[in-house]
Amino acid sequence: MAFTFAAFCYMLSLVLCAALIFFAIWHIIAFDELRTDFKSPIDQCNPLVLPEYSIHSLFCIMFLCAQEWLTLGLNVPLLFYHLWRYFRCPADSSELAYDPPAVMNADTLSYCQKEAWCKLAFYLLSFFYYLYCMIYTLVSS
Amino acid sequence: MSAPAGLPPRPAAAAAAFSPGGPGSSLEAAAPGSGAPRCQNGPMQSQMQFPSGYGSHLPNYSAPSGHYSQVPNKAAASHLDNQYRASYYPGYYSAPAQNVMTSVGSNVLNAQESHQLYNNTPPHSGGSSDRPVQGAVSSASYLHVSAQQSYSAFDNHYSTSVSSSVASQGFPLNSDHYAMPVVSGAMYPNVSYPPVAAGVVYGQTFTSQSLPAVGQFKETNAFSSQSTSVPHSLQQHVPVGYNTTLSTVSSAQAVQDNLSRNLTGSVPKVNNQINTGGIDSSQPVHSVSQNVPFTKPGAGTSAASAVMSSVRSPAPSLSSKPPSSPSVTQSPELALQEALDSSSTTSSASPVLNNYDALEGGGYPETRSVTSSPVPSPSVLQTSKASKPFGYGYPALQPGYQNATPPTPVQPSNPGHHSGFQHYAQQYPGVSQLSSSLGGLSLQHSQQPESLRPVNLTHDRNILPVSSVPAPVPNLNSDLRKLNCSPDSFRCTLTNIPQTQALLNKAKLPLGLLLHPFRDLTQLPVITSSTIVRCRSCRTYINPFVSFIDQRRWKCNLCYRVNDVPEEFMYNPLTRSYGEPHKRPEVQNSTVEFIASSDYMLRPPQPAVYLFVLDVSHNAVEAGYLTILCQSLLENLDKLPGDSRTRIGFITFDSTVQFYNLQEGLSQPQMLIVSDIDDIFLPTPDSLLVNLHESKELIKDLLNALPNMFTNTRETHSALGPALQAAFKLMSPTGGRISVFQTQLPSLGAGLLHSREDPNQRSSTKVVQHLGPATDFYKKLALDCSGQQTAVDLFLLSSQYSDLASLACMSKYSAGCIYYYPSFHRSHNPAQAEKLQKDLKRYLTRKIGFEAVMRIRCTKGLSIHTFHGNFFVRSTDLLSLANVNPDAGFAVQMSIEESLTDTSLVCFQTALLYTSSKGERRIRVHTLCLPVVSSLSDVYAGADVQAVVCLLANMAVDRSVSSSLADARDALVNAVVDSLAAYMSTASNLQQSMLIAPNSLKLFPLYILALLKQKAFRTGTSTRLDDRVYAMCQMKSQPLVHLMKMIHPNLYRIDKLTDESTIHVNDRVVPQPPLQKLSAEKLTREGAFLMDCGSIFYLWIGKNCDNNFIKDVLGYPNYASVPQKMTQLPEVDAPSSERTRSFISWLRDSRPLSPVLQVIKDENPAKTDFFQHLIEDRTEAAFSYYEFLLNIQQQICK
Repeated sequence: MAFTFAAFCYMLSLVLCAALIFFAIWHIIAFDELRTDFKSPIDQCNPLVLPEYSIHSLFCIMFLCAQEWLTLGLNVPLLFYHLWRYFRCPADSSELAYDPPAVMNADTLSYCQKEAWCKLAFYLLSFFYYLYCMIYTLVSS
Repeated sequence: MSAPAGLPPRPAAAAAAFSPGGPGSSLEAAAPGSGAPRCQNGPMQSQMQFPSGYGSHLPNYSAPSGHYSQVPNKAAASHLDNQYRASYYPGYYSAPAQNVMTSVGSNVLNAQESHQLYNNTPPHSGGSSDRPVQGAVSSASYLHVSAQQSYSAFDNHYSTSVSSSVASQGFPLNSDHYAMPVVSGAMYPNVSYPPVAAGVVYGQTFTSQSLPAVGQFKETNAFSSQSTSVPHSLQQHVPVGYNTTLSTVSSAQAVQDNLSRNLTGSVPKVNNQINTGGIDSSQPVHSVSQNVPFTKPGAGTSAASAVMSSVRSPAPSLSSKPPSSPSVTQSPELALQEALDSSSTTSSASPVLNNYDALEGGGYPETRSVTSSPVPSPSVLQTSKASKPFGYGYPALQPGYQNATPPTPVQPSNPGHHSGFQHYAQQYPGVSQLSSSLGGLSLQHSQQPESLRPVNLTHDRNILPVSSVPAPVPNLNSDLRKLNCSPDSFRCTLTNIPQTQALLNKAKLPLGLLLHPFRDLTQLPVITSSTIVRCRSCRTYINPFVSFIDQRRWKCNLCYRVNDVPEEFMYNPLTRSYGEPHKRPEVQNSTVEFIASSDYMLRPPQPAVYLFVLDVSHNAVEAGYLTILCQSLLENLDKLPGDSRTRIGFITFDSTVQFYNLQEGLSQPQMLIVSDIDDIFLPTPDSLLVNLHESKELIKDLLNALPNMFTNTRETHSALGPALQAAFKLMSPTGGRISVFQTQLPSLGAGLLHSREDPNQRSSTKVVQHLGPATDFYKKLALDCSGQQTAVDLFLLSSQYSDLASLACMSKYSAGCIYYYPSFHRSHNPAQAEKLQKDLKRYLTRKIGFEAVMRIRCTKGLSIHTFHGNFFVRSTDLLSLANVNPDAGFAVQMSIEESLTDTSLVCFQTALLYTSSKGERRIRVHTLCLPVVSSLSDVYAGADVQAVVCLLANMAVDRSVSSSLADARDALVNAVVDSLAAYMSTASNLQQSMLIAPNSLKLFPLYILALLKQKAFRTGTSTRLDDRVYAMCQMKSQPLVHLMKMIHPNLYRIDKLTDESTIHVNDRVVPQPPLQKLSAEKLTREGAFLMDCGSIFYLWIGKNCDNNFIKDVLGYPNYASVPQKMTQLPEVDAPSSERTRSFISWLRDSRPLSPVLQVIKDENPAKTDFFQHLIEDRTEAAFSYYEFLLNIQQQICK
């Protein structure tokens, strides 16, 4: 029973993961509102996109430092996806990860919705995984 | 298109079978000489359309018969061919003349005379006699609506009613417009309408119409006997000519006894309709004309005079119209261009087809929305039982009649030339009604339609039609077809919608819509009503394709919900009758405009606000555009659309931003300079945007001073970004239009750009970079503007690279428009200067709609997934358009989400809600109805190649920006390869070694090749990046007609224009030279050729061109003396010069932006431009058409 750095990482991840879950749900709701016409895409200025990306990269860095290779491996695909999204997004504006003029194209919108659902699922699973790992590290060491 | 000669057995038999009472009529059909009268039928009928003096135009009447002599053959071919075709094409014609025919038709039935030759002519005389009345009535309504002038026009309504209405609308009076039908005859000669069948059906219509009112067969008989007698009299003079109505009267008096009873019966009705005629012009007009034949003969009788007086007295009835009652007005929605366009017709005074339009664009008649008359509605009722999936259940119908008609379509059909005969068909709604009563769909599978005829592309060299390519006509039953929206406003790539997405995927054709929703219309029913009837669940506006379950309920055609008919809707303002919701104009027209109530406003309607943001840097002053702009503005200041609240403002910028205080009361305009471009602010909160009328003198002073204010400027920088930010701040409280004039790359402040073009890469065959924006600044600004209902229009007049790809964003996302004048210079480049001048004139004076939104709805199961055009997508089916202008086109891609197996029709509805420049909130609704098919061949049969190509062009633009140009080009080629391969695999009997396309798609490879050689997509040829980007912007925002000219220009040989095959427009004879292939093989040194590229005309003169032509047309003694930069043809008094000029001005009149003419001699530098448009030829970098076909064939075989 020792409070290692890894355990600390998992505890922090657990808290932050809850935030990520909240973000994902927020996105789902936002896209749904867009689809049902309650909201203008201009207002859809993605304030939560950048925080989400940075929180997730923080995870990865922490797990890298804690040498939790398995957890890192699980998170790396999403990290690369985020990086790709970030650098692909139009020109000089990072907050326009969802491009207002394009987001309403049915294709784009359904893609974004799917993405949000997938992320929600991923964060939920990782939440429990972090919980398990945290307890495991706390107990085992 | 060769056809067996002689009369087909089928129509004759059909006709015989059709006519319940008509040995005479069947005789007629079988008679060997019936071809001639039949042929005459069309043109004559059309002439009726034009309400003006008939006496003076006899010469024109003789012409049509000549053109029509070939008609029977063609018609025969189609009849022989099959019924499918018959149902497949034509007949959406509704019928202005229907009512006229009504009487006549029944007379044919009962006449039993041997007047075969004439029995289809009475309608003409009948028509000619009552048309004027119609014109009068409609003019009356116009007067009422617009000008509130006196009704004195009615005194001479037989000859001048048209002119009166015309005058009231400010139209030029075109006395020669009748000639149009002649032309159309000439151009689409293969049309005929078996008059017998028509007559029969008219009788049918008539009875069915009268029955609901009166009820029983006795009445019907009375009517028919009455009408029988009238025709007799009419027939007497028909051969003589159409100039008199008097003789009709005299002879008709013989039958007066017979008539009198019925007359009295009909008079109240006439009264009724005529009175309401003031309220709506188009519809009562029909009803009037219906009864007029009866009134004429009885001119001396009291009954008839009563009718006449009622005709003349719409004014009191109008004035007595209760203000609260729903009223329908036929408002002339005209803009300059359309007015010209339709000048060949009666300039919108009465529901007349825009023949010109039909000719020009191959489109449907402009006025389709109007052509539906009250009469069709009974027929709708009648037929919908058989054909509509969701039936009309009106009890008043007469099933007996319906069943009596044997299921044979006597509809002439001619796929290649649909557009040609619609006006004829329009006279024969009954004809189409026949097939509709059979249910058009049941005929589908009998034989192969014309549009499926296989065409061997590699063998058939001449696939271009003689004149313009017509839009295919949906395979609907005729009522629906004639109610359907004009293809000029609303076109679908597949006029037969595949049942499932799987089928669509198999066909490899894109499914989408091409919209031109705010097009200038000459005729548009405008409806003022306190409740706008809409579906409660999907909010669809009530439209002609809904079904009435009973008097109280209607079923939405998009979501199938059953809605209640509101109480107010039960009252029909046209007939002033109660309980006829299906006759309301909303249900009779597929294009209508509602005056919206305050429910449709988020804020009070905004005033028209115009802000001009002008570049005054050294570069701009040097180019000299300010002079032209200020001149145009001064000229058009009073014509700017708007009301008394109209506001206007000016901002100029170089390295600083200058504002102009134009507050009323100042002695001269005050310039306020803001040099802090990093944090721009407005120097005074108000008085920068001033009321146009209050400060007109100051504005004029400023405009006069502006061109000279900056002549000595040394400032080369351009702070466009800050100027735009200032403009946004200035506009955001109201919204409106910002017009930006920019001449160089913005170099200061926010939004500065750097040159990205590498001139060495201009002709690269590999990667073309920088098609996307360099910065988000302009996009964000556009989105902000869009949110504040402000549109930004960009005029880019630059000689060097200005990064249009980035700048264009400001217009793209704010629903603005983009104009680009490469290497503009006022004196060095007069062609561009002239173009700017003309564009500005149109730009400043055209209609404009503010704070608009457009929603596109479609039948459940279909879904819209991508939009193309300049707008901001506000929601999945809602486009936010800060401004909407009549020259904006949109495209929509669709997919089929749920199988459409349980429906046979799908509908699309666009509703454009906008604030007019007069501060009215209006909703323009277009509804398009298309059939659903389950077989692949039907999908191909209904393909609209022009729409497909335009949609593909839009998709390719997206692809080249998001991916790469090479990808987009591949995708275009693949589109042809895939669809042709898919077609060839369905047609198993075809030889695989040949390249076969269905007739409907025979131009597909040619158009795709043209696209690949278009500036937007070409590689290997030196293309400036800005030119390329501009071409792409055009593709996204131009409506189909203009886009097609851009993709595939029209080439005409004009050195030997003859008077043969001419049309008459506005007293002018317009020659109609045939279209030439875009190939150098067609050019000869002895000739002169005119190429119509949409925005520019090239006149190419061959070296050995006839000196007479050069002398007469160009005004120079010989070829050598023709100057290099010639942009105008002199007015020489010689027939060839006259012909050429009238042809060119005719072409010009057909489009909003009048193109610039450029004369090209052999050694002219502009020669390359001209030759680049010869897309069928080989260039160093691209295939010739034949090579392209071989390439496609190779890829298919792979």
